Amino acid sequence: MFASILTLGGIGLFAAVALGVAAKKFAVEIDPRELAVLDALPGANCGACGMPGCAGYAKAIVDGSMAPNLCTPGGSEAIEKIAQIMGVEAQSAEPQVAVVCCQGDNQKATLKYRYLGLYDCNAAQKIADGPKTCPGGCLGLGSCVRACPFDAIEITAAGLAVINRDKCTGCQKCVAQCPRSVIHMTPRLAETHVLCNSTDKGAQVRKYCQVGCIACQICKKNAPEAYQIENFLARVDYSHAAAAAAVAEKCPTKCIRDFSHGYPDGSSYGVPTPEKLRGEAV
Amino acid sequence: MENQLYLSSSPHIHNGETTDQVMRKVIYALVPASLVSLYFFGLPALSVLLICTLGCMVFEALSCWLKKIPQTLADGSAALTGILLALNLPPSSPWWISLLGAAIAILIGKQVYGGLGHNPFNPALVARVVLLISFPVQMTNWTAPAPLTSGFDAVTTATPLGEMKTAVMLTGKLPALAQSGFSDYLLGNMGGCLGEVSALALLLGGVYLLYKKIISWHTPVAFIGTVLVLGGIFWAIAPEKYPSPLFHLVTGGLILGAFFMATDMVTSPVTTKGMLIFGCGCGLLTLLIRLFGGYPEGVSFAILLMNAATPLIDRFCRPKIYGQRPAKA
Amino acid sequence: MKSALKNLKSFAGGLHPPDGKHFSAGKAIEICPLPEELVIPLAQHIGAPAEACVEVGALVKKGSPIAKAKGFVSVPIHASTSGEVIAVEPRLHPMGKHLPAVVIKPDGKDLWDDSLTGADPQDLNAAELKNRLQAAGIVGLGGATFPTHVKLSPPADKPIDTLILNGVECEPFLTADHRLMLEETERIFDGIDILRKILGITRAVIGIEANKPDAIELLTARGAARQIEVQALEVKYPQGAEKQLIDAITGRQVPSGTLPMEVGVVVQNVGTCAAISDAIRRGHPLVERVVSVTGPALVEPKNLLVRIGTSLQFLVDQCGGLNGTAAKIIMGGPMMGQTQLSLDVPAIRGTSGVLIFRQQDLPRYEAGPCIRCGRCISVCPIHLQPTSIAACARLDMIDQAAGYHALDCIECGCCTYICPATLPLVQSIRYAKAAIMAQKRTT
Repeated sequence: MFASILTLGGIGLFAAVALGVAAKKFAVEIDPRELAVLDALPGANCGACGMPGCAGYAKAIVDGSMAPNLCTPGGSEAIEKIAQIMGVEAQSAEPQVAVVCCQGDNQKATLKYRYLGLYDCNAAQKIADGPKTCPGGCLGLGSCVRACPFDAIEITAAGLAVINRDKCTGCQKCVAQCPRSVIHMTPRLAETHVLCNSTDKGAQVRKYCQVGCIACQICKKNAPEAYQIENFLARVDYSHAAAAAAVAEKCPTKCIRDFSHGYPDGSSYGVPTPEKLRGEAV
Repeated sequence: MENQLYLSSSPHIHNGETTDQVMRKVIYALVPASLVSLYFFGLPALSVLLICTLGCMVFEALSCWLKKIPQTLADGSAALTGILLALNLPPSSPWWISLLGAAIAILIGKQVYGGLGHNPFNPALVARVVLLISFPVQMTNWTAPAPLTSGFDAVTTATPLGEMKTAVMLTGKLPALAQSGFSDYLLGNMGGCLGEVSALALLLGGVYLLYKKIISWHTPVAFIGTVLVLGGIFWAIAPEKYPSPLFHLVTGGLILGAFFMATDMVTSPVTTKGMLIFGCGCGLLTLLIRLFGGYPEGVSFAILLMNAATPLIDRFCRPKIYGQRPAKA
Repeated sequence: MKSALKNLKSFAGGLHPPDGKHFSAGKAIEICPLPEELVIPLAQHIGAPAEACVEVGALVKKGSPIAKAKGFVSVPIHASTSGEVIAVEPRLHPMGKHLPAVVIKPDGKDLWDDSLTGADPQDLNAAELKNRLQAAGIVGLGGATFPTHVKLSPPADKPIDTLILNGVECEPFLTADHRLMLEETERIFDGIDILRKILGITRAVIGIEANKPDAIELLTARGAARQIEVQALEVKYPQGAEKQLIDAITGRQVPSGTLPMEVGVVVQNVGTCAAISDAIRRGHPLVERVVSVTGPALVEPKNLLVRIGTSLQFLVDQCGGLNGTAAKIIMGGPMMGQTQLSLDVPAIRGTSGVLIFRQQDLPRYEAGPCIRCGRCISVCPIHLQPTSIAACARLDMIDQAAGYHALDCIECGCCTYICPATLPLVQSIRYAKAAIMAQKRTT
């Protein structure tokens, strides 16, 4: 019995000493600020800052090679904390979130053909430029959903991608994936957006989509500084967001959406939280 | 009017055989062995088969419902796992052993990894081995075959491999039954799991699978071949201690394992070279466990161990692509 | 002949889809009448699209150039009949988009351009012959449409010793080359002689699959006196793929990432040979070709001699129309052909066949999980692991996909055909290939 106690005890002691020596000899010097910055970052490893992971970005901030305000998912909260740790002034940019500029789901927009194949927008786009007749419309096959690290996008039952403005952190991974460039970045505070991406003439758009922008200019006539019409497509000028909201209802095809009244049809997201929209902490 | 034409990437034809048809053919191949087990073991065998098969299907449906994904019962893999599991259980198994086995096979052996195609281990064998280790008494309670026509009640007995192991451990010599009675073993007149007993019925199923090109010959031939060759070597060295290769062939789960369990596509290598290595490994391990290990039967453990080695085998057995052979004159 | 059929050569891998040849194999080539309008796209070949050199209102004759070649890897486009140019505008192209095209309204007289003159190949040297081929717009008619004069110009450090003629036509349903071999043997042989002169070699082998015994017999008998060999090949798809054909006939394997010239071989389709003969001897540019309009949906499948620019709708009408509604329109064969948005696309130089499938002719399609059965690996003629490449593509693991040699895939479709889970393997591999090429361009 003693033999086994001694043997096991001896092994344990040896292992402890070896580990202690190794911990001292092979220790890596880490700046303690790095761990604090890493803590302040959201930890999603989304790549929005340009580094592959939060640990890499924390290291870059501490050794001074990158600016401390690049983390869009962290928001102003993270930027302020990091600024405090590093002893610099916080400079946060206006938060931007992504929006799918399309409401043309299967009920409202026509298809060019019936697609069979990989359930991926980039794959479908390669076959005769995608199954949707509208060249700029959302294909609804979910490439953006898979790219989003924050689970902020859903595909409605009728095949339209919708982005949750509360959850979106502005990392832009969905924008990079979309083959039709239908996702655009908009200020989080702005509630009114033109949800159309087609630069075809109005008569053409009417043929393939019930809710497409026909460039009738009614929005611009009623709020000239809030809307720009370019290439037969209206766009909100976000520096006059309030004026844009006022005339949203006048759009004859209902392609201008006021998100304070809810997300596009078929979405399960309800209504964006007003406080979050205003950028206030909840 | 919307365009009703279909557009897709090439090719635009398919040979017509889908996953559910493949699973169905394997189920057909197991029908002879199932019928033989019903003949020899009667109602208990029927209850084991039914509870395992239906249990597996219920647990699969439950998993899909919990995961909120479309139901996958139609692909037939749950039913197949159920039948294979039943064939790996003793005929006297109580209902709760069958049900527990079904739950382990589907929930732990398959669904936890992501469903069909993602499991590294053969689900039926995972369940059998877990049951064997957890409930050794119930899992080694063998009944003698009592053909439906004979009217006898169940009588406990030992399997030929079990008897052999006990005799060799106790006396160092083979018992008499290991040297004769092969026709009984071939037809199924012996104790054992539902699916172990009739080598003939299983071979029929195996040949059907080969004919229909559901499995290829590489794994079964390598598996059985290795057992025969190595078994023969040991038998030649000491025939009083080690049984003949023929004994190895017709007793225990070798034929069931070689044709139906080791050939499970999901858990075995994808290339023919890999399948040969896999089969040889299974054969080697089976023989070692049978002759020198603690358990009388080694097929289940051998296959599970080789399942673990499958990714490694696949990594080293990649086919040589076209264009790497130097030009001939 | 019997011995020729016994000595069948082949390659490793591949499979046997149902032939489908019975729909049109016995039908002699029929001349398709002129349609009301010919839409001739400017992008019909590999390389830079041609540039239009006519304007609306111009009167052209059959064979007049209507678009100039752009650079060396390009060929000019010609009017398929005499008539008036009524438009030069984007029109629906078989690739699924609207691309520039010249639209001609035939005048019904069908007069050849007077400036076209033939010549005796004996009087011309290799360079002159190649120039005439480019001027005549000759491209590979097997479907790839690679400019022939470029294929016949290997660099000096890649000597050629064998010319292989592709009479295999391994795609199901297609029978155009088969009929051509039976009916236009002389023109094919003449083309082979011209090719041999250009390349400066003597060995020519025609590869024909054993499901065309009449063609094998005829060409073996007639080829004997002309030193043209015929090699019968086992019926297997994709025997007609360049790499597999070279492997079967010569035993040489084209190294990964290189062209057949690397192993001293040039491959040409038998249809291209006939077009070459016409281009040199008669001075006729490539304005028509044999197209198999076939499949279970057509009332009367046929092999038609079609003018470039004829709409698929017109071809279908020539075949008595459809019995049922079209669900898929395929240009080419069922294994590698391209699906079309409508029948209002023109037949172009690479159109070897038109297939119409109805709903009942389409295969079941509900992609399930990969069950690791390994069938795709055993049928791949390049011995790749399609399921692994596809898995890497689905997960955007592009480097790993490159490690599985995704770029070597010839997109033959064998893997997808045999997959029990009906996974879109070729589509995934194409996605991986595109991603790898995009990555290469940015680094």
